[in-house]
Amino acid sequence: MTKSFGRVKAVDNLTFTVPQGICFGLLGPNGAGKTTTIEMLEGIVKPDSGSLLLFGEPASKKQFKRVGIQFQNTALQDYLKVEETLHLFASLYDRTTPVADLMTLCALTEFGDQDARKLSGGQRQRLLLALALVNDPDLIFLDEPTTGLDPQARRNFWDLINLIKAQGKSIVLTTHYMDEAQILCDDIAIMDKGHIIARGAPGQLLAQHFTGVLVQLPKTNVAGQALPIPFFEKDDQLEIMTEKVDETLQSLIELGIPLTGMQVKNANLDDLFLKLTGHELRG
Amino acid sequence: MKRMLAVFNARNKEFFRDRSTLTWNLLFPFLLLIGFYYVFGQAQPMFKVGVIAQQDAYLSRPVFMGLQHIQFIPYAQLDGALQRLERHQIDLVIDIDQSQYWVNEESSNGYMAEQLLVAKDPDFQRNLIRGKAIRYVDWVLPGIMGMNVMFSSLFGVGYAIVRYRKNGVLKRLHATPLTALEFISAQLLSRILMVVLIVMILFFGARALFATMMLGNLGLLLLTLLLGALALVSLGLLVAARLRSEEFTGGLLNMATWPMMGLSEVWFPLEGAPHFVHQLSALLPLTHLVQAMREIMLDGAGLVDISDHLLILVLMSAVFLALGASLFSWAPDSR
Repeated sequence: MTKSFGRVKAVDNLTFTVPQGICFGLLGPNGAGKTTTIEMLEGIVKPDSGSLLLFGEPASKKQFKRVGIQFQNTALQDYLKVEETLHLFASLYDRTTPVADLMTLCALTEFGDQDARKLSGGQRQRLLLALALVNDPDLIFLDEPTTGLDPQARRNFWDLINLIKAQGKSIVLTTHYMDEAQILCDDIAIMDKGHIIARGAPGQLLAQHFTGVLVQLPKTNVAGQALPIPFFEKDDQLEIMTEKVDETLQSLIELGIPLTGMQVKNANLDDLFLKLTGHELRG
Repeated sequence: MKRMLAVFNARNKEFFRDRSTLTWNLLFPFLLLIGFYYVFGQAQPMFKVGVIAQQDAYLSRPVFMGLQHIQFIPYAQLDGALQRLERHQIDLVIDIDQSQYWVNEESSNGYMAEQLLVAKDPDFQRNLIRGKAIRYVDWVLPGIMGMNVMFSSLFGVGYAIVRYRKNGVLKRLHATPLTALEFISAQLLSRILMVVLIVMILFFGARALFATMMLGNLGLLLLTLLLGALALVSLGLLVAARLRSEEFTGGLLNMATWPMMGLSEVWFPLEGAPHFVHQLSALLPLTHLVQAMREIMLDGAGLVDISDHLLILVLMSAVFLALGASLFSWAPDSR
């Protein structure tokens, strides 16, 4: 699929398949084309060219009824209570999950009588997720579901998504949190500038691109010296990928570089993205 | 002080940079002024006299009609003129062909106008009628009811849809099997129901408080209200069909409502206004709603009497609805 807005090609000739029953993650920085991609999959944005198959058939109204959607920013109708909002959406579909079950699943039972506008960030995301589940969908799209949530609320939300995964539903989510993708996703595609630049299971991608560990060193320690070893720059840190930590440290000491503030860690998706694109993910 | 000035400056910039609001703020008072200039442009006459005559009878114009500061309003039917006379809306009726005149003996203006006529043309025959003046509250109630329908319909549908579109409610609904037709119908029907409810409360409240006039049929009044509300919610839908900016919609809706406030005889009759003002007025749905309700409530008009107004309201609704529904978009310029 391809989609341009004015002169900007938001999504450029993208092709991919998501197997049934998995949690698939679309990753990338702001402006990478994630939301455009997911909205084309949801049938909200019309692609300029290309086609979409849902459940193995050309996408049509019938298929979209089996899909649940959580947008990035959604206002709900004012003055409706949580339970009323759920009932409103339930009445728009033929096949539905009982509202009481949804409220239990998404821990909304005690907020049923509350004005939907007065929910906290985490409660609100859970309500939006419950709305996405109201038609008992087989496929669920979540667009940056945990953006703006505090760490505790994010963790709760992840537990919830794992529960839904356990029901055998397929999930497609976008995120720019690498840890979220690592925890939730069975399969990820990393997007940048409208293209997919890497695709695979998170662990497999990391193993493929990183051997060994990362040695991280504050830039100030190096202070203009030319390093003879390959490295990436990340914020105010230098990252050196190595299979043999002691040899790397040895050479750094020989160069007279102080090791204050040094860290040794396993590569994560953040590092992968930096390596793949040469620029930072959260920029 | 420094902090106050900083916020003062920021607010001033906001005002000047919000072009649509600025333009509106500048333009609107001028439009209002220009409008009133034309409506009340001529000096108000001291007396209003209804004239029944064949066109060529004007050749034998009574001397009376040469007087200044009297407005002569031609009437095709004597009945219509007498009805106005009965309500003190005009001061005298003269029939030139028959050399007769009618005066309301309960009207002080009528008495004065009669003295002038008799002084100039003593051979006119006197006819007496009686009738109390219509209180302003009776006259203005249909206007206020109409105004209520207008604001509630235009803003309740127009503004709400644009807000839903802007904040994503429409987008979320679009992702469900809900069709545009279902959504639009629900919005319009809900608003029509609310408007009719509110206006009925106003109607019965006014009756209880001021014993306002109701000579016609309540069912017909309800039908008129329904059709008027339909025309105005449809206009609201048309305005909101594609727009995304609440400010701009607010401006457009103001632009639609204020001329109607002035030209649809909500607060004052347009008698004496130039012909083109009347023509303009006839293009506004509120004019037909208010006139029809006024005729039902004050004149006891029946379905046939107001059928022209109702027909125009139906036609306007059909046009606004067709345009509004075909232009409607869930998220038109969705980035």
